Amino acid sequence: MAYSNKVIDHYENPRNVGSLPKDDVNVGTGLVGAPECGDVMKLQVKVNPATGVIDDAKFKTFGCGSAIASSSLATEWLKGKTVDEAMAIKNTDIVNELSLPPVKIHCSVLAEDAIKAAIADYKKKQGVERSAEKAAQPTA
Amino acid sequence: MAIKLPIYMDYHATTPVDPRVVEAMLPYFTQHFGNAASRNHPFGWEAEEAVEKGRKQIADLIGANAKEIVFTSGATESDNLAIKGVAEMYREKGNHIITCVTEHKAIIDTCKRLEKEGYRVTYLPVQKDGRISLDALKAAVTDKTILITIMAANNEIGVIQPIAEIGAIAKDKGILFHTDAVQIVGKVPFNVNDLKVDMASLSAHKMYGPKGVGALYVRRRNPRVLLAPIIDGGGHERGMRSGTLNVTGIVGFGKAAELCKQELATDAERLRRLRDRLNDKLHENLDEIYINGSMEHRLPHSLNISFAYVEGESLLMGINDVAVSSGSACTSASLEPSYVLKALGAGDDLAHSSIRFGLGRWTTEEEVDYVADKLTSVVTRLRDMSPLYELAKEGVDLSTMQWQTEGH
Ligand SMILES: Cc1ncc(COP(=O)(O)O)c(C=O)c1O
Ligand code: FES
Repeated sequence: MAYSNKVIDHYENPRNVGSLPKDDVNVGTGLVGAPECGDVMKLQVKVNPATGVIDDAKFKTFGCGSAIASSSLATEWLKGKTVDEAMAIKNTDIVNELSLPPVKIHCSVLAEDAIKAAIADYKKKQGVERSAEKAAQPTA
Repeated sequence: MAIKLPIYMDYHATTPVDPRVVEAMLPYFTQHFGNAASRNHPFGWEAEEAVEKGRKQIADLIGANAKEIVFTSGATESDNLAIKGVAEMYREKGNHIITCVTEHKAIIDTCKRLEKEGYRVTYLPVQKDGRISLDALKAAVTDKTILITIMAANNEIGVIQPIAEIGAIAKDKGILFHTDAVQIVGKVPFNVNDLKVDMASLSAHKMYGPKGVGALYVRRRNPRVLLAPIIDGGGHERGMRSGTLNVTGIVGFGKAAELCKQELATDAERLRRLRDRLNDKLHENLDEIYINGSMEHRLPHSLNISFAYVEGESLLMGINDVAVSSGSACTSASLEPSYVLKALGAGDDLAHSSIRFGLGRWTTEEEVDYVADKLTSVVTRLRDMSPLYELAKEGVDLSTMQWQTEGH
């Protein structure tokens, strides 16, 4: 398997590897894939509640070099985007940027899924948190 | 001493040709180029003499008689000839074949084809150590069983099957026994009479000979094995395999066999020491690594390890100056991870994390140390970015987690 230079660069110098506190209400976590399939991606975003802009993103990936590169690239792109802009990132954007061959397209699909899952988690937390606040107010 | 990169540590896939083998072959390309079947002139006689010498050298390595060696294009053909040849020849006697799930594709796919033609095949499972159960073998035998074919040593995990015991069972039941001996011959003592083997597949390129030449050992006495040919033509090789003999290849194969016979004991001892050194270093440096298959019943130059929480393809990418193989093939790319590792019951996640190391005649201690160090740093780096390693360290049991797998 020949890798593009961009894939190799992300593999050798992955951006934003790590974890954010997953219990933080402003952090959304997506965990997609499965170990028996050979790929698991964890992607996290931290959203600034005042502006709705993602000001931090981190990933950890178990998977091939293309999966690592796709998630690393995704975190780069996420930073500075609003939640809505982030939802618009398509796997094909990743395929084009990294010049992924056809057998590696699903690695980029996984990255898109991870983004969507992280944002869904963030939104869910916000929703739950707000209704918890509302529910809490009358008794306070 | 400076190490030359990349390092070759994939000797199960193929071996370089020993320079002494190349030297022996050279005159047969241009000088003694005759057709071994030409009976009327010295060119043919020379070629025939060279072929017969090679036949004897190969027979000597496995304790056979030279007349029992049938030359082929390689072990894939030998496996096909043994199974299809017996199936056709003994059709009257029965239609049942016993083999095993971890066999090479040359065996499995041949058996699958025969199933389509009305034969019945039992694929024995393997135990966690990669070996078949002898009780399961005995239980699988029926009065229609005409052939047992079980490999001597596995090409992915290096595990050696209980060949002598299988040979004894086959003999006792009056069933022919074929073994794919590609990975074992020339590496570990292998004697067709001690092991009661009726047929054995060999390949030159796995034992420092050239590619494209192999042999099938076919027993001539006690019992005399009869094979229907799968290639029709001039009736070479006692009618079992037509086609002009690959004289240069056979000369090289013979020389390679002679060298293996001379050097087997010292080579095996040296490689066992190096293999153990590699294994020890990896275990000292890394936690949660698992050896696939029996360590006791294993080729001395062979090691297959799963590095938990790290995916094989990304691991290979990190050690791209070391030539090894991985059992990983992400299912999302519609490739199956190694069926051999799956058969051991280790779980697909560990199959995805496996590396096969094959050491050989030119492997050095410096290379082993380099590979151990390199793997240690790459595995450590990849684990730092593995969500599975993080979860495991938090005490999460990965096997009970709900994974979102649909669509992948
Ligand atoms: C166990 C086993 N059988 C058969 C073969 C096929 O041998 P050849 O390459 O000579 O056809 C191989 C080599 O890949 C092997 O490892
Ligand atoms: S994650 Fe399956 S091949 Fe990349």
